[in-house]
Amino acid sequence: MADVNRGNRPLSPHLTIYRPQLTSITSILTRITGNALLLPSLLIVWWLLAAATSAEAFAFANWALTSIFGKLIMLGSIWALWYHTLAGVRHLIWDNAVGLELEIAYKFGWIVIIGSIIMTGVTVIVL
Amino acid sequence: MGFLTDRKRAMGMGSAKSGTEHFWHMKVSSVALLILIPAFIFTFGSAIGEDYEYVTAYFSRPLPSLIAALTLIVGFEHFKSGATTMIEDYVHGISQKICIIGVTCLSYAAMATGLFALAKMAF
Repeated sequence: MADVNRGNRPLSPHLTIYRPQLTSITSILTRITGNALLLPSLLIVWWLLAAATSAEAFAFANWALTSIFGKLIMLGSIWALWYHTLAGVRHLIWDNAVGLELEIAYKFGWIVIIGSIIMTGVTVIVL
Repeated sequence: MGFLTDRKRAMGMGSAKSGTEHFWHMKVSSVALLILIPAFIFTFGSAIGEDYEYVTAYFSRPLPSLIAALTLIVGFEHFKSGATTMIEDYVHGISQKICIIGVTCLSYAAMATGLFALAKMAF
């Protein structure tokens, strides 16, 4: 350890000390949704491979993805995908040092949350 | 040494060595996915739930197949970079290296598998 004097330095407040805020929740949800999307991605790759293999393999993969459990995963994934997409747009805007004021950041947060729910609804209705 | 410019001496330094490359890579792929993801949701989404003959015929068409292929390539690249950032934040030391290698292998393996499946249906 290069820095041995750890005893009396001020500590930065840890995550657990902060009251959860819209900005922190929407931030961590971006990471959670992005990484959780690995699951449906692998399921879709499996489904594609099964379709390329045989009718029997496809029947099993298709059954798994369209069963009640599969449909629940897909519904959650559609929301996660829209959420991560909208949150990504927010980051693309922030990258230009625009909209970083607390008031606007909160507005963006609500747009991402409500927008992702609306887009999930639209997707379910269209498909 | 006297012949080096300031920029040349700074290149490759700093804790990340590669500077803003990773950030830029995320930005490029996220803009690409902004177009690909909605296209993929509605093309793939219209195929899922259909029977075997329909699905294989559907993915032998250029547009659904190309959208799916590009989404797989850019999506798994984006996932690899994003997941690497998460691992770098939470896992340290040798386990960090193992996790990053694992995520990288998984991303490319899944990408290649998906592309193989699409190619098989197309040809």
